[in-house]
Amino acid sequence: MTVFWILAPIMVLAALCILFVRKAVHAALLLAVVMMSLAMLYASLDAPFLFAVQIIVYTGAILMLFLFVLMLVGVDASDSVVETIRGQRLLATVLGLVFGATLVIGLSQVTWGTVVGLDEANAGGNVPALANLLFSKYIFAFEATSALLITAAVGAMVLAHREKLTPKEKQPEAAARRMREYAETGRHPGPLPAPGVFARHNAVDTPALLPDGSPSQESISRVLAARGTIRSASVDDVDDVQRQLSATESSESSESSDRADEQEDGQ
Amino acid sequence: MTTLQIPVVTPVDGGGVLSLLWLVIALPLAGAAILLLGGRRTNAWGHLLGTATALGSFLIGLLTFLSLLGRDEGDRSIGQHLFTWIQVGHFDVGMDLLLDPLSALFVLLITGVGSLIHIYSIGYMEHDDRRRRFFGYLNLFIAAMLTLVLAADYLVLFLGWEGVGLASYLLIGFWQHKPTAAAAAKKAFVMNRVGDLGLSLAIMLIFVTFGTTSFAGVSAAAGGASEATLNAIGLLLLLGACGKSAQFPLQAWLLDAMEGPTPVSALIHAATMVTAGVYLITRSNFIYEGAALAQTTVVAIAVITLLWGAIIGCAKDDIKKVLAGSTMSQIGYMMLGAGLGPAGYAFAIFHLLTHGFFKANMFLGAGSVMHAMDDEVDMRHYGALQKAVPITFLTFAMGYLAIIGFPGFAGFWSKDKIIETAFDQNPWIGVAAIIGAGITAFYMTRLMLMTFFTESRWSDDVHPHESPKVMTVPLIVLAALSVLGGFLLLGNWIVDWLSPVVGVAEHHEPAIPALAMTAIVVIVVAAGVALAWFTIGRTQVPREAPQDVSPFTRAARADLYGDAINEGLVIRPVGNLVTGLMAIDHTIIDGAVEGQAAGMGGLAGALRKVQNGFVRSYALSILAGAILVALAMLVVNL
Amino acid sequence: MSTEPYILLSAILFTIGSVGVLVRRNAIVVFMCIELMLNASNLALVTFAKANGNLDGQIAAFFVMVVAAAEVVVGLAIIMTIFRTRRSASVDDASLLKY
Repeated sequence: MTVFWILAPIMVLAALCILFVRKAVHAALLLAVVMMSLAMLYASLDAPFLFAVQIIVYTGAILMLFLFVLMLVGVDASDSVVETIRGQRLLATVLGLVFGATLVIGLSQVTWGTVVGLDEANAGGNVPALANLLFSKYIFAFEATSALLITAAVGAMVLAHREKLTPKEKQPEAAARRMREYAETGRHPGPLPAPGVFARHNAVDTPALLPDGSPSQESISRVLAARGTIRSASVDDVDDVQRQLSATESSESSESSDRADEQEDGQ
Repeated sequence: MTTLQIPVVTPVDGGGVLSLLWLVIALPLAGAAILLLGGRRTNAWGHLLGTATALGSFLIGLLTFLSLLGRDEGDRSIGQHLFTWIQVGHFDVGMDLLLDPLSALFVLLITGVGSLIHIYSIGYMEHDDRRRRFFGYLNLFIAAMLTLVLAADYLVLFLGWEGVGLASYLLIGFWQHKPTAAAAAKKAFVMNRVGDLGLSLAIMLIFVTFGTTSFAGVSAAAGGASEATLNAIGLLLLLGACGKSAQFPLQAWLLDAMEGPTPVSALIHAATMVTAGVYLITRSNFIYEGAALAQTTVVAIAVITLLWGAIIGCAKDDIKKVLAGSTMSQIGYMMLGAGLGPAGYAFAIFHLLTHGFFKANMFLGAGSVMHAMDDEVDMRHYGALQKAVPITFLTFAMGYLAIIGFPGFAGFWSKDKIIETAFDQNPWIGVAAIIGAGITAFYMTRLMLMTFFTESRWSDDVHPHESPKVMTVPLIVLAALSVLGGFLLLGNWIVDWLSPVVGVAEHHEPAIPALAMTAIVVIVVAAGVALAWFTIGRTQVPREAPQDVSPFTRAARADLYGDAINEGLVIRPVGNLVTGLMAIDHTIIDGAVEGQAAGMGGLAGALRKVQNGFVRSYALSILAGAILVALAMLVVNL
Repeated sequence: MSTEPYILLSAILFTIGSVGVLVRRNAIVVFMCIELMLNASNLALVTFAKANGNLDGQIAAFFVMVVAAAEVVVGLAIIMTIFRTRRSASVDDASLLKY
């Protein structure tokens, strides 16, 4: 019971935090805490096989899948914890409390018998005992789960697969498209400005500075902008750049002004 | 009265010429069908066909009448079964015809006067584009009227009754381009509906009471019914008769009906259709004999109507409306006769026949005068026409003398008999009838003077001329009948002839000798004529009707406020009732129904918002459901 | 040991998971909360196994894990597909099927 009393508060705390943290990644990590704790509880409950499965399958496989998807999807407005449906949060809280109270009160009324313990059942080892059950009493359910898993795998492939309806765009087509867009909409045909090129830092979260000293929004990733983790170029940085520019003006004036014009057009 | 034997209708099969009876109806019906369905192809000869069918009908009617004359007195009730019309359970209505002394007289009147008017119409309607259609309608009317009088069953009678109503509507509104004519047709139709409602209710009551609607069955069983039932049937039948015969209180349509062509006024609204009420009451004598209250009501209505019509007749300047008022009044006399029981039935029918002759004669004469005066109807624009239209004047004069009861003429005999019988029954009724006769003499003399005598008040562009032969010949025939109609009473013939149908009255000595009575009537009539002579014949008749007249004249000019009474007592309250019912329907009933629908719609609209598309909201309700289940389990297990 | 604390913990975790489903908008986090609820029920199953002295409860927990794995695979694939078309992983954005 010592294990339980140590882990139980941690688990409840972690679970509660899932409700309130803003970022999905944090939620996933908190869930990992809960799941690891659960694994330990399984171990303490004489279920070594489930302990292993909980760590390998749940924490190892499923949570990692969650993290993969999170990275694919990126960050968007859904991470906000601001409620959009009127009354939803209040009602959810009230109902949740009522539900919890009902469960707790209801379960408190139950008279629990003495604990039998699994010593007898696990006499020949937990895994062989489970295998005995799984391949005898639960054989049909077990086979049905295999069918379910295959169906799920195929289903996931079908859902995630994207059919290519048009031929793949190769370099000549891409070049032609860019020039056409430049001609029609005036979009800059060249590559976007690299982040940090004209700034003091060349990290990806630092926007490039345009010749007039303003930061170029095009030079930073959209995901970073959504997360709000862009470093601002300080006024000192701008002054530094301007000073450097004026020092090298004599040698590079014509070239840099041309490039500046082009960038103006691109915007 | 209690010892009276009520005659039972027991038709027997006639052979020989009597089996042609159905042709009497079929001929004009076929004529109407050909003329109305044939369209323009029949334009050229349509009027000739229409007249031919009417004449054919008259010839067959005459043959059957003669054949009836040749039979024994108790053997003169001929039935003819054409086909079974309705057979539902115990309700069995055959399309049966009944020719007995009563209907035979009617057949002769309808087809005879009808044929003359057909002939007259050939001339009168010559310049009308729709003459063929007019003859089609006339034939339709004749067929319907003959169905009415030849029916051996109340239901078949009702068929003819509605048929004449339809024909009357079509003919009053014949000049439908005139709004007044269209309105008059509608008014006549609607007011007749009121009466028809009474008749149909009476037929239903008859069926409920006796289990049959045939005259034979009802007359055989009438003695067994309670007096209250018979009174109810009698009053309902009287309502029907009032509608068709323009009796008080359903009299208002007849004056407006003069919007129709004059031959129509002569045939339908003077000689035949309007007498259907008298026929109905005479035919239903077996019911009225046991219904004292209904009979008294008939007499009361008859007296009111005969005075009402006569007073209206005194004030009108429109020649046709004077004649219409007079018609109303004369039918009142007939109703009076019919209401007096077996003693009066025969005289009612007698007066009906003579009136049919002289009133048709005068209406056609009026038509001839209008023909001469370019369709002018205002008598104030006539005057001194006896030279311009001599034949019309002479024939009209015969009719005039007949209607006022000049000794020797047809009307003298018939009206005198009714007054005499009425006096026997109740002196007050007799006095009212005598006063009516005096007023009749006054307004007819006034009409005569204003039209044919006094100085001429014609418009400048009017050149009166005598009508063509085709119009004057019927006038002459009818004038002859007006003079000689009294011969029907010769040797009490008509009373004996009708006795198998209407029964025989006990003979008793009148309180006042017949001759003295006749003398009184003649004196009163002479007084009426003299009054007219002194007020109109001796004075200048103004071309425009004077406005500063006594309230009585004004009331009489306004049909004694018949329309206003209808408006105030019936139309406005019923209209208000309907408006109220509509308001109730719209607010309460529709409100309840539509409110329910709107409530459900609103509720659904509100509940619809629950389906807001947010998965999380649905999850919330699922959680709520889970809580309910958990609580339920808790409650059950605790 | 006694059974009751485990069961109560299981109930509390389940309740937290259900509230999480209701209040979080990110579909992936919603999924995580569902996993939390499944794990909570697993805990109860394993506890019952111990209390009753047979392994059926552990077998049931094992099946729950398998089904959860299948569910997560398909669910995440669906979220991916929705994200591709709507550029959003919010469950509130997919709310066209309504009145």
